[in-house]
Amino acid sequence: MRMKRVAAVAMMASLALSAAACGKEGNPTPSGGGNASGGAQGDSCSTSGVTFTPKTDANVAGSQAFQKIKSAGKVVVGVKFDQPNLGYKDAQGKRCGFDIEIAQYVASTLGVDPAKIEYKEIQSANRETAIKGGEIDYYVGTYSITDKRKNDVSFAGPYFVAGQDLLVRKDDSSITGKDTLKGKKVCSATGSTPIQKVRDEGMTEPENIVEFKTYSECVSQLLDKKVDAVTTDDAILKGYAAQNPDELKVVGQPFSTEKYGIGLPKDDKAMRDYVNDQIEAAFTDGTWKKIYDGTLGKSGSPATPPQLERY
Amino acid sequence: MGEFLRVLTDNASLFRDGFINTVKLFLIAGVGSLVLGTLLGAMRVSPIPALRAFGATYVNLIRNTPLTLVFAFLVFAVPKLDVNIDYFPSACIALTVYTSAFICEVVRSGVNTVATGQAEAARALGMTFAQVLTLIVLPQALRAMVPPLMSVLIAMLKNTTIAAGFSVLEAGAIPAYMAERGEPQFAVLTWIVIGFLILILPLVVLQRFLERKWAVAR
Repeated sequence: MRMKRVAAVAMMASLALSAAACGKEGNPTPSGGGNASGGAQGDSCSTSGVTFTPKTDANVAGSQAFQKIKSAGKVVVGVKFDQPNLGYKDAQGKRCGFDIEIAQYVASTLGVDPAKIEYKEIQSANRETAIKGGEIDYYVGTYSITDKRKNDVSFAGPYFVAGQDLLVRKDDSSITGKDTLKGKKVCSATGSTPIQKVRDEGMTEPENIVEFKTYSECVSQLLDKKVDAVTTDDAILKGYAAQNPDELKVVGQPFSTEKYGIGLPKDDKAMRDYVNDQIEAAFTDGTWKKIYDGTLGKSGSPATPPQLERY
Repeated sequence: MGEFLRVLTDNASLFRDGFINTVKLFLIAGVGSLVLGTLLGAMRVSPIPALRAFGATYVNLIRNTPLTLVFAFLVFAVPKLDVNIDYFPSACIALTVYTSAFICEVVRSGVNTVATGQAEAARALGMTFAQVLTLIVLPQALRAMVPPLMSVLIAMLKNTTIAAGFSVLEAGAIPAYMAERGEPQFAVLTWIVIGFLILILPLVVLQRFLERKWAVAR
């Protein structure tokens, strides 16, 4: 009896581990193979190759946040770590993705060497708290600009515009957009804007709404056929689809507009204006496009820089 | 203060749905683990060695497993075996399986407070093990079991919040929703604390009542 139990524990542990690893598995595609659909590099991070040289004469007059960064000689940046090609940390601890490189670019314009960035992994629910509490200097991680959030933090950008979309199993042709979700199990991150939208607009029945802490867990459930669709911003979904191109696909009918901004401390207009200027410079001098093409662009879908919203 | 109240009134349906699910989880898992825990406790004091061994193994295995792992096993590992359990039942099973181990030990320690002479006398009268347990030992043991039993149940009520990480919209999921809606976390978390206090209060009152009802002079 005892041996059986021991065997059960071993099985439980190995299964739990294999389930946890699911979101990170991937088929490494040869880089530079010219394959438009294969973008994800699985567990090994690859950057766009853009180098960010720190500005030596950086100065933001009248910004408290800048003074803090300058005297510390480093920046603390809040990021995500589990979104392939966006904000990702591989098994070797290397970080890569579109958001990460935007964060590095911003650091360089503030006169900080990207190597001196201290990354903090902040979950979506804790972003405002982390910025308000001064735990991080700024946040770059699929942070949608909303009026409500502007009460707590301020935003530079948008530096990217995404839209809510659906990730489904490749052989599933029954889901073609948001109006075909009735009776289907839809998964997203607990309490996230996309799942609140699904709930509020009644896209599927309340009992079919599934919520996990991370998108990786949702993708695991999708592959196990426990849910039928994963919904969030298309940028995030494409990263997963590229990791599992044989089993997953993105529907490609976005039904919202999410403007990604850089989260900054509230009431530091000087800093916000400065970061906006720098983003604009990256739009016009081609840096933005290089970063995009080397990260998210590997999914095969092109993008153009969005319109800044200064305030 | 107005802002503090507004957080609750603006999101009343979320708080209501969340706490209703918390109560549902608590009631289902509470009844389930009381039944399973008592059965396991009976096994641990039974005269059959195989049952005793099973009870002991169960308790030692489950009590030493983090509850989150029990949840993860049911939600992420079991589907790999092509067994599909929905999320709410999964949460009930996880909580029941976990809490039973603790209730089993409460029952066993309660049984140990009853003088062995009681059981021996009952056996001498020709009672079976089941009769000895249900008619003689357990009724006397209940008295000693009430305080630790309530502690286990209160801990279980708070443990229900782990289900939020496994797709059950209960009180533990409220902070994530509220953060996304941009509500002040201080007010949100304070309301959740108040909610749990309200839920725990009846348990404390019940404990007092039972203790008084079954009190004896020793």
